[in-house]
Amino acid sequence: MITAEIHKKLNAGSNETGLHIKLQADKGSITVIHGPSGAGKTTFLKILAGLTTPERGTITVDGQVWLDTVNCINLSPQKRRTGFVFQQYALFPNMTARQHLEYATTDAQWIERLLKTTNLALFADRKPEYLSGGQQQRLAILRAMAIKPDLLLMDEPFSALDTPTKTNLVTDLKQLWDELQTTVVIVSHYPQELTAIAASELYIGAV
Amino acid sequence: MDWAPIWLSLKLATITTLLLLVIGLPLAYWLSKGRSVVRVMLEALITMPLVLPPSVLGFYLLVAFSPRHGIGAWLAHTFNIQFVFSFPGLVLASVIYSMPFMIGPIKSALQQLPISLAQASYTLGKTERETFVKVLLPNIKSSVLTAIVMTFAHTLGEFGVVLMIGGNIPGVTKVASIAIYDSVEGMDYHTANNYSLLLFAFTFVIVTVVFIFNRNKIKSPLE
Repeated sequence: MITAEIHKKLNAGSNETGLHIKLQADKGSITVIHGPSGAGKTTFLKILAGLTTPERGTITVDGQVWLDTVNCINLSPQKRRTGFVFQQYALFPNMTARQHLEYATTDAQWIERLLKTTNLALFADRKPEYLSGGQQQRLAILRAMAIKPDLLLMDEPFSALDTPTKTNLVTDLKQLWDELQTTVVIVSHYPQELTAIAASELYIGAV
Repeated sequence: MDWAPIWLSLKLATITTLLLLVIGLPLAYWLSKGRSVVRVMLEALITMPLVLPPSVLGFYLLVAFSPRHGIGAWLAHTFNIQFVFSFPGLVLASVIYSMPFMIGPIKSALQQLPISLAQASYTLGKTERETFVKVLLPNIKSSVLTAIVMTFAHTLGEFGVVLMIGGNIPGVTKVASIAIYDSVEGMDYHTANNYSLLLFAFTFVIVTVVFIFNRNKIKSPLE
């Protein structure tokens, strides 16, 4: 189970806005976050991953405190090991698809299963520049899943996929998430596309 | 023609480049991570040799490492090391003088990489060192190659700072650029031309090779 309460100042040009969020999600659940651009959705994911620090807040995951600004607790991203799918993918240009997964995990069977699940096995030896936008996006999801994270954070993860590919991929990923009891937080501009699998929705608007 | 100055120049450029590679990679990485006052001050100091007259740097090194006082006297008495008018002194001066050519391209390349590359690696549980070696460094290799070649070529052509701290001792500190000056002073234009032509050709070839290697990645080592 995840509980998070975050307060962070956001600078959007000359305007200073605040990000005040409370999130509670059961283990293995899927939460969809939506809201206007610039409201702080990506920032919230980065705070959960330990890539950005808020002014005030607490994050507890399965009983372990990841962040407690009052008691000066702030686990590093390495210790949190959240799976993170970046909006711009953040793939490593020097690595092939397979090398991305081998960099993340040494479990060869898991790598093969992930590649098969997302139909990327045929393109496993290609570097990102030789993959289509949709393939790159699937690789970014696979890399995040490779470490079998307890918490998976995804920032617009299906934006480059056509509807049939998206539907099939979400179905296949849902099976993996259920199997691993992965708690998933997805930022999406189209939350209605995920209502079938999402346990809850969270709206983030500028304050 | 005496080949000793050419070999000495190549030896000096090779040692300087290797030392600067070891020092420059972590230093450039650290400088690329922020704009604190300490970083800005250090970067300014590292960049100074680009605009400072070489004789100024050479003069201060000569004074600082003179075996008669200060650090120079302490090094001479304690470790029997003398930097003035010796090959190690040339190496020290070259490392300081060529440092901006190693640090500059590497730091710029690291700053141009999206920060999300390192962040993605951290979320996979990788340390900063692993991330630098396996993710960041392989993606800036063309800039590292540029830095290596520019450092080597620049050290090969050093004159003022080398003359100030090393003097003109045959086989010890008389590098090719000083041999040219020495030949011209002795009105031996033929020898001066031979040394000059060799340095010109060698530098042209290595810089051209880098341009060819990096033709699809960057347009100029100075961009």
